[in-house]
Amino acid sequence: MKKIDADILIIGGGTAGCLAAVEAKEKNPDLKVVILEKGHIDRSGCLAAGMNAINAYINPGETAESFVKYVRNDARGLIREDLVRSMGQELNSVVKRVEDWGLPILKDTEGNYQARGRWNIKINGESLKPILADAARKAGAEIYNRVAVTNLLTQDGRVTGAVGFGLRDGEFYAVSAKATIVATGGASGIYKPNNDGSAHHKIWYSPFNTGAGYAMGIRAGAEMTSFEMRFVALRTKDAIAPTGTLALGFGAKQVNALGEEFMVEKYADVGGNGAPTCYRTYGPTLENKEGRGPCYMDTTHLTSDDSYNLKKSYLNMYPHIVLYWAGNGKDPSVEPVEIAGTEPYITGGHCQAGYWITEDRGTTLPGLYAAGDVAGGAPYKFVSGCWAEGVIAARAAVEYVMTGSNPDVSDAVLAAEEKRVRAPQQRWDESGDGVSPREMEEKLQSVMDEYAGGIKTFYEISEARLKIAGKEIEKLKGQTQFLIARDLHELNLAHEVIDRIDVAHVLIKHLLHRQETRWPGFTTNQDFPERDDEEWLKFINTRLNPETGDVEIVERAYSQVVS
Amino acid sequence: MTVKIDLKRCNGCKNLDAPRCEKLCPGDLMTLNPETGKAYIRSEADCWDCMVCVKACPMLAIETKLPYTLAYFGASLKPKTGKDKITWTLKNSDGTVETFEIETRF
Repeated sequence: MKKIDADILIIGGGTAGCLAAVEAKEKNPDLKVVILEKGHIDRSGCLAAGMNAINAYINPGETAESFVKYVRNDARGLIREDLVRSMGQELNSVVKRVEDWGLPILKDTEGNYQARGRWNIKINGESLKPILADAARKAGAEIYNRVAVTNLLTQDGRVTGAVGFGLRDGEFYAVSAKATIVATGGASGIYKPNNDGSAHHKIWYSPFNTGAGYAMGIRAGAEMTSFEMRFVALRTKDAIAPTGTLALGFGAKQVNALGEEFMVEKYADVGGNGAPTCYRTYGPTLENKEGRGPCYMDTTHLTSDDSYNLKKSYLNMYPHIVLYWAGNGKDPSVEPVEIAGTEPYITGGHCQAGYWITEDRGTTLPGLYAAGDVAGGAPYKFVSGCWAEGVIAARAAVEYVMTGSNPDVSDAVLAAEEKRVRAPQQRWDESGDGVSPREMEEKLQSVMDEYAGGIKTFYEISEARLKIAGKEIEKLKGQTQFLIARDLHELNLAHEVIDRIDVAHVLIKHLLHRQETRWPGFTTNQDFPERDDEEWLKFINTRLNPETGDVEIVERAYSQVVS
Repeated sequence: MTVKIDLKRCNGCKNLDAPRCEKLCPGDLMTLNPETGKAYIRSEADCWDCMVCVKACPMLAIETKLPYTLAYFGASLKPKTGKDKITWTLKNSDGTVETFEIETRF
């Protein structure tokens, strides 16, 4: 067993985690800041391939308050305005900071950042992740790569660190920490993806973001919010690449198979082409369902030079779409790009699923802070919002450390967790019979797709179907004891599916409780197809009751901060 | 989704603690075959096509291949990573070639 004492433990060395590490070391260089990272910090998580834009930036003429108003409308009236405002206030300074570390931001002839839409600027971000990793390293953070965190440590309700295992050395890790920041990212792989078989990981969100941060918080009794605001992304069909590059970067509009600009014609009342994100998925989903598909982003106005620049832009972020076009003999300046909705993801970065937090990003568990995609209530974060939250959480964690002492960790607790963690490998060694992680993942995805509003049902849910999903997920929870793992790689896969099942379990409670349709396109409730502000302009939260093991619902009020 | 490894080019990064593809793959998919001393991918279907290993390979031995269900045979996309720029060579299925040179950090 490898025991580590830290002042601040950061779980996940990604977008939020790297900025949290730098901020903590800058605020107090004497603190020991430890990062546990499941991959390798240089290329882990969502930013592995890079990025071509910063999508949350306060361009000239805008303010943190105008940002709040925009995000509120995009999220259909329900956000934590305190969180979105505090994030908005940090956006430009964190972007400047990363630019100073070496990120190329595109500028016009006068030296101003090139805007790409109201809240966006263009970057050459192929090396964004190594740039962030270098900054965390230079700041003096102690980084442990290839350590998968499996649970938080708690003492009298306070979080005192975390445990996990090494994917390379096989060691069991126990980190005792005076403050902990969870920054693991959200959850993909809960629902059956667009592609299957040899292309099952051709998904938009990182397939290696498996909901670990949510699951460890759920199991420790943290309050979670808004899992029911699932993110269904509008993406290019097959290659599942982002469409913002086409719409904002190259002026492409959505059209159906008849060539109709249906967003303008049918959704003018909610903003047409500028409608809230959920409507931009709902529009083409309905066109497909009603027989007017396929739908496209119309790129045929592009010149061949534009087409070259479009490819160049994607190479900074989703290079495989360029290969996809080449292999299929497609040229976006000649034919439009077909689009599709993805399977639902659970994320606090685009939507607002995650830990219920205070403005300083403290969770309901003392000693634990949340930042980035695992933090709830503040959608529209994207990359720069995750940086901002990392910085805000680190400031609070540094303060919290000042008042605390390093907690002891009981050997009995560690031994029990190590046994739980190694169980799938032990089962393989002893009996060789059981369920592979991949089999269980496919079962989970199939249940969720069919009964909890996946692609198959056009993201529509009903109480009758959700109750079936709930029963099946209970059965799956009971089956995790039969998981087998032949090596450390499979042991990680086993824990990823355990985490996903715990996330799905809570997600179903959220979906059942919200008796309205607030975000059509992300979720349409067939029993309650209308938005109902009188009854449902409020947050749905959940918390595991440690005494009963039940997930309990807690409703929290919405509060308007910006008028 | 997967990568194809040119076994004639791959030398297993013998001079390093771990091969660069194994070190960096965000999905923990790349590793060495102990019998051949060369890299292989544990599960082809689990690749995300992020091309991290392709860019990191010092021997230019790794190539991203889209599954046939997604793209027809005949195209290729090859990056060459420099200190502060990356150069991509795209071969289209009709045989035409495009190159892209992009600044990555300053």
